[in-house]
Amino acid sequence: MNLLLKERASPAAPAFDPEELRQQFPIFARNPGLVFLDTAASAQKPAAVIDGLAEFYRGDYANVHRGVYRLSARSTQRYEAARETVARFLNAAASEIVFVRGATEGINLVAQSWGPAFLKPGDQVLVSELEHHSNIVPWQMLRQRLGIELVVVPIDASGGLDMVAFARLLGPRTRLVAITHVANVSGCVVPVADIVRLAHEAGARVLLDGCQAVPRLPVDVRALGCDFYVFSGHKCYGPTGIGALYAREGLLDAMPPWQGGGDMIRTVCFDETTYQDGPQRFEAGTPDISGAIGLALALDFMTGLGGDAIRDHEADLTRHAEAMLGDVPGVSLVGAGDERLGAVSFLVDGIHPHDLATIFDQYDVAVRAGHHCAQPLMDRLGLPATTRASFGVYSIRADVDALVAAVRAAQKLFGC
Amino acid sequence: MDLRDLYQDIVLDHGRHPRNFRVLTDANHLAHGHNPLCGDKVTVFLRLDGDRIADVSFEGKGCAISTASASLMTEIVLGKTLAEASTLFGHFHDTVTKGDGAELPPDLAEDGERLQPLAGVKAYPARVKCATLAWHTLDAAVKGGGLSAPVKTE
Repeated sequence: MNLLLKERASPAAPAFDPEELRQQFPIFARNPGLVFLDTAASAQKPAAVIDGLAEFYRGDYANVHRGVYRLSARSTQRYEAARETVARFLNAAASEIVFVRGATEGINLVAQSWGPAFLKPGDQVLVSELEHHSNIVPWQMLRQRLGIELVVVPIDASGGLDMVAFARLLGPRTRLVAITHVANVSGCVVPVADIVRLAHEAGARVLLDGCQAVPRLPVDVRALGCDFYVFSGHKCYGPTGIGALYAREGLLDAMPPWQGGGDMIRTVCFDETTYQDGPQRFEAGTPDISGAIGLALALDFMTGLGGDAIRDHEADLTRHAEAMLGDVPGVSLVGAGDERLGAVSFLVDGIHPHDLATIFDQYDVAVRAGHHCAQPLMDRLGLPATTRASFGVYSIRADVDALVAAVRAAQKLFGC
Repeated sequence: MDLRDLYQDIVLDHGRHPRNFRVLTDANHLAHGHNPLCGDKVTVFLRLDGDRIADVSFEGKGCAISTASASLMTEIVLGKTLAEASTLFGHFHDTVTKGDGAELPPDLAEDGERLQPLAGVKAYPARVKCATLAWHTLDAAVKGGGLSAPVKTE
């Protein structure tokens, strides 16, 4: 099977066969009958990543950036090639990519390094009601430390970001807009290009949380024009513990070091230490070498499928889920504005999401139930919790059909 | 595992039509319970007369398991002494975590039986906290007095 598909003539149908693709994900062979609808929490791993990592450990592993010997040089070459893979994937330069533990660490890095260097008391950071806790709490910590203000852009009645309110809240004191690209609870695709344009006109920097976007749609940070972009590797078919921060050229050199240690320094004396430029300055200590290589393997896997094809596939499943769930009496979907991609949050009258998830589990349907690390959004929606089904490249329409059958079974059990 | 072992009729009934589900206006003890994992919230109200539970009620939002457990609890501890309620909590806790509670004194045996429909929770470790939230909150209401800090199961 050749999955290296290039330009696609028609956006109508996915250019890969998800049924065939499943065979590249060993989890499905080991767990027959598994209906995995929790990719937004973490994606399953293809053999290319699992085996590729094992191969790296078998053949090329050593510490990086230190060894004179050839094995270390080879490992370093793989590690830095991984940075180039991430850069290419986002249409960035390798000098703009910092390896981090995940999106959470990327946001914390910006908050704790860029924040104190560029923000003063009274400056404003704009976030939205759609945010994951990881794009709220670091800014609250910075508020406590610096006396900045946190301004929250509301959602509108349809569940999308209220762009009118956004334009109104954007002001001369706004120094940073930190917003999700695709919302983790609802799957809402946020019009980030408009946000970047408006924010830059107002003189503010923009950080985008791409956790749910990178696995689902082509991301071009140059075209978006954002200043910072973060994502986690484990949500896009790579290992846990690795992710990347993109910082537009020049930004990293102006940011003070965040964590101190080996690898991030140029010279160390007890009187004075000088630091590396660019990404290395922010990678203290032995990095997650294999994580970076696993991430590159995962991104190569996605590139092989094609960003547009992945987006079309996710959109197809999302439309199918909207239609099928919408057909079930007593089921309502959590609004996602103009465009929902890759995740559907829903409610079933008379059945709490946790009861639903337990019942689904008996049918081998794995979903997420709860507040999805977005308690402020839950409060805004007036819900204690929702049930969320989310998709990956290996998801098929039959998964959605199994979910709907499980919803009906739960309704029968609960007599509603 | 049959879902019916977890969602027995009595559990579904108490989940849908919880008993003693109201604010107790003359309560002299209360506590708020919260399960941050799933967002379940419960408030337990108590009117203690000496060491006896003269009245008990609850309010809140939760899944069928947590609502049914709170409902059954209020029915069972009404009129009991604090020591008896504590014994029943220990018994119930063991039932849902270990599958079997310690033997109860004869006068509480029937109450123990009435909690049996929730024993199925043991097979669902992720749901044990749903079943015990109300009991933890009752415990906090007893110990915490008038206005106590929220109880968390995490």
